[in-house]
Amino acid sequence: MVDLTANTGGIVSPNPFWLASAPPTNTGAQIERAFDHGWGGAVWKTLGTPIRNVSSRYAAIDHGDRRIIGLNNIELITDRPLEVNFAEMAQVKRKYPKHAVIASLMVETKEEWKDIIKRSIDAGADGLELNFGCPHGMCERGMGSAVGQEPKVNEEITSWAKEFSSIPVLVKLTPNVGDIVPHGCAAQAGGADGVSLINTIKSLISVDIDRFVPNPRVGNRSTNGGYCGPAVRPIALHMVGALARDPVFQLPISGIGGVGTWRHAVEFMLLGASTVQVCTAVMHHGYRIVEDMIEGLSGYMEDKGFTCLDDFIGKAIPNYTAWGELDLNYKVVAKIDEATCIGCQKCYIACYDGSHQCVHLKEGAEAIDPVEAAKLKQHDKMGVDQALRVPFVDEEECVGCNLCHMVCPVPGCITMQEVTSDEPLLTYKDFVRMEAERKAAQ
Amino acid sequence: MAATLHGFGDPHPDLPADRAEARFDDGKPLYNDAQALAESSRCLYCYDAPCIEKCPTSINIPEFIRKISTGNVRGSARTIFDANILGLSCARVCPVEVLCVGSCVFNLESIPPIQIGRLQRYATDTAYEKGWSFYEPGPDSGKSVVLVGAGPASLACAHELRKHGHETILLEKRDLPGGLNTTGVAPYKMPADAALSEVAWITESMGVTVKTGVEVGKDLTFDQLLKGHDAVFVGVGLGPDSQLGVDGQDLPGVFGGVEIIERWKNGGDAALDGVTHAAVVGGGNTALDVVRELLVLGVPCVTMIYRRDEASMSGYSHEWDYAKKGGAQASWHSQPLRFVAGSDGRVSHVECATLEPDPSDPGGRKLRRRGEHTFDVPAELVIVAAGQHKLQGLLEGIPDVELNRGRIVVDDDGRTSNPQVFAGGDCANGGKEVVNAAAEGKRAAQAIHAALSGE
Repeated sequence: MVDLTANTGGIVSPNPFWLASAPPTNTGAQIERAFDHGWGGAVWKTLGTPIRNVSSRYAAIDHGDRRIIGLNNIELITDRPLEVNFAEMAQVKRKYPKHAVIASLMVETKEEWKDIIKRSIDAGADGLELNFGCPHGMCERGMGSAVGQEPKVNEEITSWAKEFSSIPVLVKLTPNVGDIVPHGCAAQAGGADGVSLINTIKSLISVDIDRFVPNPRVGNRSTNGGYCGPAVRPIALHMVGALARDPVFQLPISGIGGVGTWRHAVEFMLLGASTVQVCTAVMHHGYRIVEDMIEGLSGYMEDKGFTCLDDFIGKAIPNYTAWGELDLNYKVVAKIDEATCIGCQKCYIACYDGSHQCVHLKEGAEAIDPVEAAKLKQHDKMGVDQALRVPFVDEEECVGCNLCHMVCPVPGCITMQEVTSDEPLLTYKDFVRMEAERKAAQ
Repeated sequence: MAATLHGFGDPHPDLPADRAEARFDDGKPLYNDAQALAESSRCLYCYDAPCIEKCPTSINIPEFIRKISTGNVRGSARTIFDANILGLSCARVCPVEVLCVGSCVFNLESIPPIQIGRLQRYATDTAYEKGWSFYEPGPDSGKSVVLVGAGPASLACAHELRKHGHETILLEKRDLPGGLNTTGVAPYKMPADAALSEVAWITESMGVTVKTGVEVGKDLTFDQLLKGHDAVFVGVGLGPDSQLGVDGQDLPGVFGGVEIIERWKNGGDAALDGVTHAAVVGGGNTALDVVRELLVLGVPCVTMIYRRDEASMSGYSHEWDYAKKGGAQASWHSQPLRFVAGSDGRVSHVECATLEPDPSDPGGRKLRRRGEHTFDVPAELVIVAAGQHKLQGLLEGIPDVELNRGRIVVDDDGRTSNPQVFAGGDCANGGKEVVNAAAEGKRAAQAIHAALSGE
């Protein structure tokens, strides 16, 4: 049996799967349902002075007929009275004492922070999450990402929260910055117990080309929103990894951004996250996805021989380096498996037009060795005509870019195989130094 | 300019509403937008795709499918029609299982292949429904081409010729144009209404003259056509059904395959009253069509009589699979000896002999009777679908045109031995698909244009 107990900055939950502060955590009833499905924690939809929302609020990018690879929203923080929210929070904690309930907070003045933190603790919250990330609406009022983008303001408000709080404080960081590290370090300097990232990315998701209005449309106007969902995951992974490998930054991380399956959770955790938070995938499919997440993570850990989350949290961090630390002498080349190739030639056109012109088409029947051709004829599916459709790789010219492997629709058909080499490891730094020495010697 | 069309949902005024064809459902209904998006999004958009290679008209299939997936349905239809102006009928009647769909690379992965025909129908039906028009006649060249027969080959040829500004006149001996698309295509694939709408779409927007009820060889001679026009295109198709030459072939209740399908599609006595058993003689695609159509029309017991075995049928195996699922039976290795009348004078059964390969033929094709016994296949309706006659007599009337076994001899571009005469479709290829006729008609038009413009 594996132990999925998770802990980010002192906030403990039965598993690392938390719901992010967002529409799925708008009410106590929703969170209770989520816990019944198996979610380990929930960050309450951000509490502050209740606002009024607009209609409509969300828009998405589809890929072909697959819906929502990226979602943009212009919804703001809670629009329900604080006393209602806190009463519900107290009830959730009474019913689910072992689950993590985190109050996401966003207010302006120090007095307001003091008040709302006290009420959160009184309601039984296990931790606080300071929303310094929201990139739409609230930032126009000096909150959300307007705070997160200014390390000094971030540090100061974090220190207020720590001053008033007896429970762990997480700072939710905005990705709308050039370098995430100073912002994580500001939270650390303010005394935070951990950070969560990323919040949504400032975005304009699409334009209604018939009405000439961006989406989501509010009458005949729109505004920028916050971008999330599967498409933002690479940005989130990079930012989590950048903080995790920074020598100064030491805080625990709750990873957020496009997590939809247990695999995504594992990726975030390998880069240092101790919990993950999920929103878009639940907005798309419902709370029920957590069943697969728990099973999938458990199965992965059993397969790898991990017994607890700490066995693998951060395991990929040492392998995330600067470009200059990569080995220039390492080489892979593409191999096309003729037996499984279906002859779509996507690899050919991708390499020819989009990369380095190393995948080629066979010119004609004479391009195939007659002995090979005879063998192919016996093959169930690969007649000579089909074999002719299988491209080939010029291994001398192949730069090992992976593009053909990426476009190939048949799993396992194009593999990138290591070329064994006697050359020693050579980084760009070494290379520059050796070049300088060579020139000096001349 | 929007073409003036009869919508596909509306009955065509020239077709009787009570004809048998009206009782058929659409075999592969038109995709809705969601289905088209789902299916088009699956396409890999292969480079140098095998589906294109398999299409006799070389439609750029990955491109038209991609355009559906981006919402550019107009561009999708243009891609189809640029290659094949009969894209609407071909989408419905092509044997895609052995052409584009059969060559889809997904077959090699045992993943369901892209339903290319249905996507093509989505694009082309949308074009018709929206009234999109992509072509206009070229400036008047002063040249005139007469096309004999108004089937797919002539339609494709005429459309292409009009782009170059040549006058085109289609002469059709029947009252309705469209050839086999109108008279012969299985009703669950395409009703005659759609075929006639396609003819109107092709001819009206391009100013093609269509004269029906004009029979060349009777009302006009080829000599007259050659004198009055710069070129003649012959797209007359094939002749009437072949007969078996057995006793009883003229009995009431005995029909040819092409003959009965035309009745069902275009009107006339469907000959189904009181029929509980029907026999279909033949193993080709017309025989299979008739079998499937009889089952849909409610004949309880339909037996195909074929002289060889299942694997030797020239009809497509996927069509026979459909027929079997519909309840068809077969009498293999069977040879009709005579059609026998019942007490009412109408055919009541087929007397058959059993055949086996003749051991004297090392190739195994020659057959002989096995024993002297006979057996009866009950049938109040007998359809003989054992091929069609060539129109040898008509074709022999074309001056200086070489024939081979009743076919007009043509080169790849439809040129005959008479430089003024071109040909395509079944009368030249011996009987292939609509899509072959469309390809041949278009290629012939390019050859005619080259000849007329001295290029």
